[in-house]
Amino acid sequence: MGTTRRTFVRASLATAASALLPISPHAEQGLPARRPIPSTREEIPIVGLGTWITFNVGDDALLRDECAAVMAAFFEAGGRMIDSSPMYGSSQPVIGYGLQKVGRPSALFSAEKVWTSSGASGPAQIEQSRRFWGVPKFDLVQVHNLLAWKPHLQTLFQMKAAGALRYVGITTSEGRRHDLLEQIMRSEPIDFVQFSYNVVDREAEARLLPLASERGIAVIVNRPFRQGELIDRLKREKLPEWAAELGVSSWAQLMLKYILAHPAVTVAIPATTRVDHVRENLSAAAGPMPDLAMRQRIAAHVKAL
Amino acid sequence: MSEWWTYRAEDFLLFSPRVYWRMFELHNAALWPLHLLTLAAGLIVILLIARRPGSGARWLALILAILWIFVGWAFLWNRYATINWAAAYLAPAFAVEGVLLLIVSLRGGLAFDRRGLAGWAGYLILGFALAGQPWLALLQGRGWASSEVFGIAPDPTAMATLGVLLLARGRLLPMLLPIPALWCLLSGMTLQTMGEPQAWAPYAVLVLAVAAWTWTITRRRRSPDTRMADVLKENGT
Repeated sequence: MGTTRRTFVRASLATAASALLPISPHAEQGLPARRPIPSTREEIPIVGLGTWITFNVGDDALLRDECAAVMAAFFEAGGRMIDSSPMYGSSQPVIGYGLQKVGRPSALFSAEKVWTSSGASGPAQIEQSRRFWGVPKFDLVQVHNLLAWKPHLQTLFQMKAAGALRYVGITTSEGRRHDLLEQIMRSEPIDFVQFSYNVVDREAEARLLPLASERGIAVIVNRPFRQGELIDRLKREKLPEWAAELGVSSWAQLMLKYILAHPAVTVAIPATTRVDHVRENLSAAAGPMPDLAMRQRIAAHVKAL
Repeated sequence: MSEWWTYRAEDFLLFSPRVYWRMFELHNAALWPLHLLTLAAGLIVILLIARRPGSGARWLALILAILWIFVGWAFLWNRYATINWAAAYLAPAFAVEGVLLLIVSLRGGLAFDRRGLAGWAGYLILGFALAGQPWLALLQGRGWASSEVFGIAPDPTAMATLGVLLLARGRLLPMLLPIPALWCLLSGMTLQTMGEPQAWAPYAVLVLAVAAWTWTITRRRRSPDTRMADVLKENGT
């Protein structure tokens, strides 16, 4: 995506505004930095854990234990939000297995989705998901990929009012249906919005991220590494020397910091099957964050490679 | 699904190659030594065809029917569906193919006297499904544990069935062909999306089978006997 003057001005204003945000002391203590969820001011660590593909391991006992180890390392490093969906195969029961194994940490922020074309079957699906996780209730339920979003949002708002969940959201991915997403962000009292954003897919910078700031909607960023494609592409390239200024030691950390430094971003949810990678991801949420000039430099450098 | 043109095959892949191949390892470990029985059943199928059976064709169809229903239930329904919800919709298709083969077994609707190119292609595909496919795991460095074996895994079962059907004649043949052919296509697409080189195997079997059938149909239409039969039919004599 080319950077227009309007995009640049919006991004500049957003970054300038970030200086006014409350500074989380966690980052200075080596823990992941936190950002407030705008609708409640509840603070949450800015790196979460996605489960698309990585947690879909079926009944494989060895791989289930690997996922549980990733979850244990995630909580140990200060992580909170785990995101899943009924669409992700066996990911939900695997999360439930992992939570049971690591002792159901109170820090968990459970983010689920409803994904069915029938509005009437939404509540049953959410209940099935809750049983898979083994939690009393979800913190956040999102309408997955805008599927049957009208009836599902109605259900979720009713559940929130009844205290059956804490936050309501809606998701899309890979730049699809941004116009409709924008319309929903303007018209519905949602707490969270989730979409794809990374160092090369920057369409969200133009409208969605500024709109989320303006409307007080928390932003969850999916596909921060384009499902591993960006890491595969960059792993043969040398990390630029100036990246040391940010205290990063890998492309993954540099690309995560690019995303996390945007003030409208609340949480990014990279997915992984490896304990060392989950620690690496969470450590990107600590230490210095790139300013606007550095973000532009990161984007330009990656684009040129 | 909105904006369907923006979706790629990768968007529908729910699992990693590691999880996929470990699934075969676990399945093989759970069913061993049943593989010896299913491979023996495959050899019996070849022997029955080679002997150009009369009533033996019924037994051949019965063997394939049992194996299709078993693979649909044991692999697709009980194992593959845990990582791919679409497999729960594909398992009934395997049951349908099994039931069709059962009908053929009961009614004796197939004859095995096909010669020429189609016959040789049938034997080649059948041989590859039984003896070649299990080696692909080894050739790609995964070891025997994740081998796909006839009667245990869907790919060699579908391929072998296509081979058998190339060697057969009968009115029920058109009903038996679509499911194994579509499975080969679907499996090839899945493997290709995972970046697995062995995607060529189901694709190659499908292309060879389609080419052999096309050649057979074209040749049949051009043969003097067929043209004469058509003329007689048109004249009402």
